[in-house]
Amino acid sequence: MNTLEKDVIVADRLTKSFGAFTAVDRICFSVAGGEIFGFLGANGAGKTTAMRMLCGLSKPTSGSAQVAGFDIARQPEQVKRNIGYMSQKFSLYEDLRVWENICLFAGIYGVKEKEIRRKTTETLDRLGLARERNTLVKDLPLGWKQKLAFSVAVFHEPRIVFLDEPTGGVDPITRRQFWELIREAAERGITIFVTTHYMDEAEYCNRVSIMVDGRIAALDTPLSLRASFRAQNMDEVFRRLARKATRE
Amino acid sequence: MKHAAAHTFLSFIKKEFFHIFRDVRTMLIIVGIPVTQILIIGFAVSTEVKQVPTAVYDPLKDASTRAVIEQLRASELFDVRTMLEHPDEIDRVFERGEASLVVVFGEASVQLVVDATDPNQGTTTAEYASNIIHTAGASPLQIVPEVEMLYNPELRSSYNFVPGLMGLIFMIICAMMTSIAIVREKETGTMEVLLASPVKPAHIVVSKMIPYFLISWVIFVLILLLSVFVLNVPVSGNLVWLNVLTLLFILVALSLGLLISTLVKTQVAAMLVSSMGLMMPVMILSGFIFPIESIPAALQAISAVIPARWYIAGAKKLMIEGVPVYRVAKEMLVLAGMATGIILISLRNFKTRLE
Amino acid sequence: MEKRCDITGAPPAVVCRSIHKSYKGVKALTNLSLEISKGELFGLIGPDGSGKTTLFRILTSLIPADSGTAEVAGWDVVRDYRQLRTQMGYMPGRFSLYPDLTVAENLQFFATVFNTTVAENYHLIREVFQQLEPFKNRRAGKLSGGMKQKLALSCALIHKPAVLFLDEPTTGVDPVSRKEFWEMLRRLKNEGISILVSTPYMDEANRCDRIALMQHGEILSVETPAQMRAQFPKKIYRLEVDRRFGWLEMLRKAPEVESAFLFGEALHVVFRSDADALAFRTNAPALAFTEIRPEIEDCFIYLMNKTEK
Repeated sequence: MNTLEKDVIVADRLTKSFGAFTAVDRICFSVAGGEIFGFLGANGAGKTTAMRMLCGLSKPTSGSAQVAGFDIARQPEQVKRNIGYMSQKFSLYEDLRVWENICLFAGIYGVKEKEIRRKTTETLDRLGLARERNTLVKDLPLGWKQKLAFSVAVFHEPRIVFLDEPTGGVDPITRRQFWELIREAAERGITIFVTTHYMDEAEYCNRVSIMVDGRIAALDTPLSLRASFRAQNMDEVFRRLARKATRE
Repeated sequence: MKHAAAHTFLSFIKKEFFHIFRDVRTMLIIVGIPVTQILIIGFAVSTEVKQVPTAVYDPLKDASTRAVIEQLRASELFDVRTMLEHPDEIDRVFERGEASLVVVFGEASVQLVVDATDPNQGTTTAEYASNIIHTAGASPLQIVPEVEMLYNPELRSSYNFVPGLMGLIFMIICAMMTSIAIVREKETGTMEVLLASPVKPAHIVVSKMIPYFLISWVIFVLILLLSVFVLNVPVSGNLVWLNVLTLLFILVALSLGLLISTLVKTQVAAMLVSSMGLMMPVMILSGFIFPIESIPAALQAISAVIPARWYIAGAKKLMIEGVPVYRVAKEMLVLAGMATGIILISLRNFKTRLE
Repeated sequence: MEKRCDITGAPPAVVCRSIHKSYKGVKALTNLSLEISKGELFGLIGPDGSGKTTLFRILTSLIPADSGTAEVAGWDVVRDYRQLRTQMGYMPGRFSLYPDLTVAENLQFFATVFNTTVAENYHLIREVFQQLEPFKNRRAGKLSGGMKQKLALSCALIHKPAVLFLDEPTTGVDPVSRKEFWEMLRRLKNEGISILVSTPYMDEANRCDRIALMQHGEILSVETPAQMRAQFPKKIYRLEVDRRFGWLEMLRKAPEVESAFLFGEALHVVFRSDADALAFRTNAPALAFTEIRPEIEDCFIYLMNKTEK
């Protein structure tokens, strides 16, 4: 494993309430630089709300968090400049060509033009998409889209990349290739913060947190979690924890 | 089974009302637009006059009156069409819409009777006519124009706007909201479930139209009340026929919404098509802002297929001029024909399948 | 209208014969044939874009096939679509309820759509609906993913359909809700309802009576899950090691290895031959290979690779 830098995400009693409902309830955790951090939880456990706060998209009700050294409530713009984001729903412009998407997003993050040209070729070669350079994104198979979307999200070499269910519905081979891309990015020092419903993918993370009812119910390496729950695999760990959920 | 079908139909309508009442934006559009629009109209829109249809009643038939008539004829502003033989004919030419100005020569004065349904146009017409009569006044007789405004003696511009505004509002509520409501079901995927169910597609769309039909009618009553009690517009026509005309127009607007919904796939597209394709023509080509008579001939021809043009014309006649119903028979027939045609086309377009 | 029946008098739930379908020149389904028996819980397993949704839409009479025929519960999907539509339940892939109606209003509405009442078939949905009962006055849009999916299932079941079509009902749903959902499907099957369900999650395949693996608009294989796993032509070894990604790279370079894939906490390795396996294991005695029964995902990857070549 590569040497981990100091923590790039630190959440301290981070809380978000909507009226009387506390979606995220005083969560505390930290993620080290270059770490692959799995952020698991049942539907409605508060994952998306927490992720939105960490990306500087919504303000916490109380508590605080630093992302890439910036306070998410007071410096959301600096936070956004230092992160990449990719979700299953929105990732690329379907009606733009492959290279146009790369240039657009690289431009948004202020990558220099010369650099864009060099890295575009490099990225497309790496993905085996060199021949699809001028293809409209909507004409690509889902798996290719998702791999491309990930490469675009890390194109500007952000400190951290947030991935929201990046592999949902992707075929088993492409899903594994996707995780190899994640791995490579982590080795370059990019911190990965990822949610997934595939429990085998939890195993590929350095550490995993499992949210239940807005709180972090467990946080450890997959190996330790399995050991402490005496479980065969992460699926079992997840089920035991999620079954304790009381709120809908 | 008849009973069951009716039950299903009713529950569709109930569901549609839930959608309307629970969506803040929809409610805002439905209630907000008519009320604010009606209340903010007050400022006038200037209109040019050209070739005003003019009638003359000249019992004197002398040189001085002939000179005045010649001057009127020579100007581009007036189209002297009719020479009246008897003063009783004056009311008739107005009722038939054959003249917007009648020049009545008296012993010592000239009287100008002007149709002021459109107040701006009425005032301008009276001014121009007075000027011409003055310059032509070579006769020894002193000519003093007396202006009499017909139909709209106080020159309230809002009178003119109310029918036009109703045309616009019903287009927005009926056409735009109906098309959005249907397309929304395509977007959320519920249309897929409904199409895969035994419900007849025609039931699905007709049940969408009914709530908007009822709501539009309520809004119509609301507008009438606001017009009378807030804007002091005297509604002089037959209320029953005004209702019939309005309901016909609402039906046309609803069927246009239905037609749009069969052509587009997203709510945004429905919104764009209905605003560009329906509201713009209503503003420009229906006589709402620019009088039909003063727009180019080519556009006048196009305006004939704009339902709002017929509605606004009919509503003006019924509401403000208070003419008898046979005078709006043409408008009613055109609207009824349009409604039938569009409904038939869109029901045929609405598919029992997804593609 | 005559119905085609088998010897027991009951028509099969689904019969497709050489169905083709293209959208604007892009092939969605190619020569697809399939038969599903009455009362079967049949799984359609494949990634997004493999043609599952297109097949569902053809079977639910929503789109016509370019060629080929299909029957559902004995009814031709084109000719007899009216009769068919009273006999099937359909839950499309997207969240297809009215988000601004409450749980109870959604259910009542769909009951009237199918000319029935909630009370009439309540026994079918009782178990599902009991979990929804506390939220029956909540707007459907405010439910969590798992609850929405249960409500959508209740709505699709309310008229006691003979055949139930569920297009990716568990996508984006957490593992606990997914497990509960499959337990419900099992109980519905016991009520005699034939079910065709699609999923991108390979681990759900084991819960079906039979499964079809789909990729690029074609069916790669149709079997019971057990048969499919038994038919895997080679031995599969599981390797539990630290630094899996490093080992993965190393294994792929080894000439004896045919394929090596990540499988959660372990690697799954297939050697080119038994001799290669023996040779490799002798050279690396420190690596603890254990022979395992292949999983459905192993079979899928194998079939995908085979057709791709």
